[in-house]
Amino acid sequence: MNGFPILSLLTLVPLVGGLILLGLHSRQHQLARRLALAFSGVSLLGVLLLCGWFDTGTESMQFEERYGWIDALAVDYRLGIDGLGLLMVLLTGIVVPMALAAAGPVPDRGPAYFGLVLLLQSGLFGTFTALNFFHWFIFWELSLIPAFFLIKLWGGPQRSAAAIQFFVYTMVGSIGLLLAFLAIYLAVGTFDFMEIAERARQGTLIPALSASVGWYDLTTRQLGFVIFAAAFLGFAVKVPLVPLHTWLPAAYSEAPTATTMLLTGLMSKMGVYGFIRIVLPIFPEALRWVSVPLLWLAVITVVVSAAAALAQRDLKRMLAYSSINHLGYCLLGLFAITSGAAGELVAVEKSAALSGVFLQMFNHGLTAAALFWFVALIEKRSGGLRGLGDFGGLRTRAPVLCGLMGIALFSSLGLPGLNGFVGEFLIFKGVFGLTPWAATLSTLGLLLTAVFILTMIQRVFFGPVNPAWSGFSELTVGERWQVAPVIGLMFLIGIYPQAILGFTNRTVVTMIKAVGY
Amino acid sequence: MSSIDYLRLLQLAAPETFLTLTGLMVLAVDLIVGRGSAPGTRIILSGSVAATGCLLAAGGLFLLPVYGTFAAGMLVADPLTVLIKVSLVILTLFTVLLAFSDAAPLADPGEYFALLLFACVGMMFLTSAEDLLMVFLALEFTSLSLYILAAFNKQSPHSTEAGIKYFLFGSISAAFMLFGLSLVYGVTGSVQLPEVAAGLARAGNDPLALVALVMIAMGFGFKVAAVPFHLWAPDVYQGAPIPSAALIASGSKVASFFVFAKVVVIGFGGAPAAVGSGAAPVWVILLGIMAAVSMILGNLAALVQVSVRRLLAFSAIAHAGYMLLGILAGTEGFGPLVYYVITYGLATVGAFGVVSIVQARTGSDRLCDFAGFHRRFPVLAFCMLIFMLSLAGIPPLAGFFGKFYVFAAAVKAGSLALFILALATSTVSLFYYLQVLKQIYVGETADASHWEPVPITVSVALLAMAFGVTLLGCFPDLLLNRITIALRITGF
Repeated sequence: MNGFPILSLLTLVPLVGGLILLGLHSRQHQLARRLALAFSGVSLLGVLLLCGWFDTGTESMQFEERYGWIDALAVDYRLGIDGLGLLMVLLTGIVVPMALAAAGPVPDRGPAYFGLVLLLQSGLFGTFTALNFFHWFIFWELSLIPAFFLIKLWGGPQRSAAAIQFFVYTMVGSIGLLLAFLAIYLAVGTFDFMEIAERARQGTLIPALSASVGWYDLTTRQLGFVIFAAAFLGFAVKVPLVPLHTWLPAAYSEAPTATTMLLTGLMSKMGVYGFIRIVLPIFPEALRWVSVPLLWLAVITVVVSAAAALAQRDLKRMLAYSSINHLGYCLLGLFAITSGAAGELVAVEKSAALSGVFLQMFNHGLTAAALFWFVALIEKRSGGLRGLGDFGGLRTRAPVLCGLMGIALFSSLGLPGLNGFVGEFLIFKGVFGLTPWAATLSTLGLLLTAVFILTMIQRVFFGPVNPAWSGFSELTVGERWQVAPVIGLMFLIGIYPQAILGFTNRTVVTMIKAVGY
Repeated sequence: MSSIDYLRLLQLAAPETFLTLTGLMVLAVDLIVGRGSAPGTRIILSGSVAATGCLLAAGGLFLLPVYGTFAAGMLVADPLTVLIKVSLVILTLFTVLLAFSDAAPLADPGEYFALLLFACVGMMFLTSAEDLLMVFLALEFTSLSLYILAAFNKQSPHSTEAGIKYFLFGSISAAFMLFGLSLVYGVTGSVQLPEVAAGLARAGNDPLALVALVMIAMGFGFKVAAVPFHLWAPDVYQGAPIPSAALIASGSKVASFFVFAKVVVIGFGGAPAAVGSGAAPVWVILLGIMAAVSMILGNLAALVQVSVRRLLAFSAIAHAGYMLLGILAGTEGFGPLVYYVITYGLATVGAFGVVSIVQARTGSDRLCDFAGFHRRFPVLAFCMLIFMLSLAGIPPLAGFFGKFYVFAAAVKAGSLALFILALATSTVSLFYYLQVLKQIYVGETADASHWEPVPITVSVALLAMAFGVTLLGCFPDLLLNRITIALRITGF
């Protein structure tokens, strides 16, 4: 079972890198950036190796490591990944170098900046590979702290308020999680995700809970629901699910752009990942009871955030709401899976929806990070301006920049042939078969997304040239080379989605089977 | 009464005896060898003797423990008390090492180090006592040493103020406690804990027993700085010489909490519920309220502090609240409590050590004085990072594990409301710990003056403590297994 500890190493590399960078003198920001790129490059290499070694034919956890850690609490250090874990690790490996490239030189306390980014990456790797709540939670928190400082110290004018809001929201969510898992631990004596899920599948988890923690005379069902709600809260804040989203626009727009890329590309995935890895297998019953209200919330998330994006006048805030919208599709797919009957017929629809969710997570991570990168490139040229009405006719001044950003925008819109389409198509295909009403209502979100993205394209790229930007400069050769691989990936997944779905097929089937839907 | 076996007594109290002799030797060395030397030399001379003594005592306790009971609970040496004593001696050792660079020059280093050792001896006796009279005597012996230590800097009015405040509060609460103990004796006819427990269980809802409980809780509440008996803490933590404050915050807390838990859980644990059959025993309600207000007041007041030492004082009050949760969890909470106080003590002494470095160089301990500390002493700044994050309960440091373990015990014992309060307030606490770190790492300062290098002993002590906090956080089993085994042998 304990082979070569590649997953531990993967987590360790950015951790060590981050600590080294934090020790550098603040003048050495150039060196710091190079070192950070090197460390994240090594991580990416490791992730690619992992993809190569990954066996797509088995449904069990792979690259598993398990060591006894704290005997007194029966806590094991246990790592492993399946298709979902691999996908998230891959996304992390890709987005962090993107963010570092987008950050450019940071003369102001550069080593600390890049060090924190690497620590964040380490936290993400840890979160996506941990199979025991105890150290999973440690990494979950580890990723929160660097993000807080990145917003607080290098953010825009309102950074302090945004950072505090972000921190308080996510911390409250974390406390809910901790509470839920403490109760579970007291009931079943383990923090192991797999073992808890197994107990849940046998139906012994909730009765054990009510036997060991008889709080305030709650019935078994009520108690199960309270614990579920506490865990749910933690992830719903992170994704976020409306109405728990109010921290997000401020955090995304105030954070330095590279950090926004990490927030939207990776940290929001932690929430969806948590839903799939933890909530779905451990609380299937509770999810089923409230699936209709949750579906409504998902629909509201999709529609309201798209409408809100339409009302924004700041590119970053617009993309922030668009980000909520796109993750809303993930939740829509997930909640649709939990509603409705079991059976051979719907299993196909459920598999489609779950595959779509996986794909959408990956795609959104890639596309949203790329979009924020483009906004950063525009900001660099406009001296920090990023209002929707500040530009106009940029297409004639910087055709390559606008063309590439256009591709990313169309991918976000869901144009066939680009990556965004496949994920959303699969989700909608599944959801239509399971809960047609939710799918129908959500198409409104698709429509609104198209409207605001086309508005953005029209107002920024087309129209008369704003005389202030007659000297707007084109992408440099270096920048083109940096952006090219990402755009290439968008096409690749759009044309050949099997590249991603191949990793996740078995996991999807196993999960659908395991939760017994 | 049978005759006393002095040889047995000497065997059981060997570490205490050894430390007392070391204390006397420190005095003698300072008097004979150090007379006429420069103050710096005297500090190194007497400090080295004290540190060596601590090291030997800790080693002896660790490697050659002697177990047994003397005179029906006057002096109990079992694996658990030995474990606590080892940690007490180690905390004292670190305090001694920190005193090598105290901000205020020590007028009489010999006396200072000797008093530190005597205080440690008092705490060790306190730990060993299962006899209420002995508890009181040991507590007073510790307190007397600590009063002098708090007021030791005769040049500083703040130090004098700290000493007076500590003394006045301390003597009043000691009087209450003695009165409470005498009531216990009146109700149960015994001063030995097991018999007291049996007597109290027999006495049922005797109002006298309740009065006694309240008074004892007042006495210990003062020692551990729990609200509403906390008023002395901010002034003492701020005004006393830093090593004294560090010992009051760490060692004294470890010993007091241990005995507090022992008296309450063993002594009053058997007492029946107050009203009706479903209600909790009175001590649970009493300590629950103390814990709740300590957590709330400590954390909220710490938010607005400018002085780091006052900040640490309010954080200590908040932590006292968390630790009370451990007592509330009864026997289940004993192991977590011990782990928590030991790791808390370690991190606190470390934090005080860093504060002393800054104070010695800037003359004050305001938050803004920490600006730029990272650039001057990157390694020590990193140590402070570890101490602060451990106090805040950030994984994977010892503080996180301690909190986790104590909170888990509290949930198991059914105090859900307190648990949620503890989680919420410890979230708040992160804010003020990060304030300190923010100053250290990114604070802007115009002061570019040269700072003296830090004495090697202080650096080594701080590094060792940071290492200890990290190690115990990553591998809590190192300490936890010992506690679990000790608890099992002791019969909890």
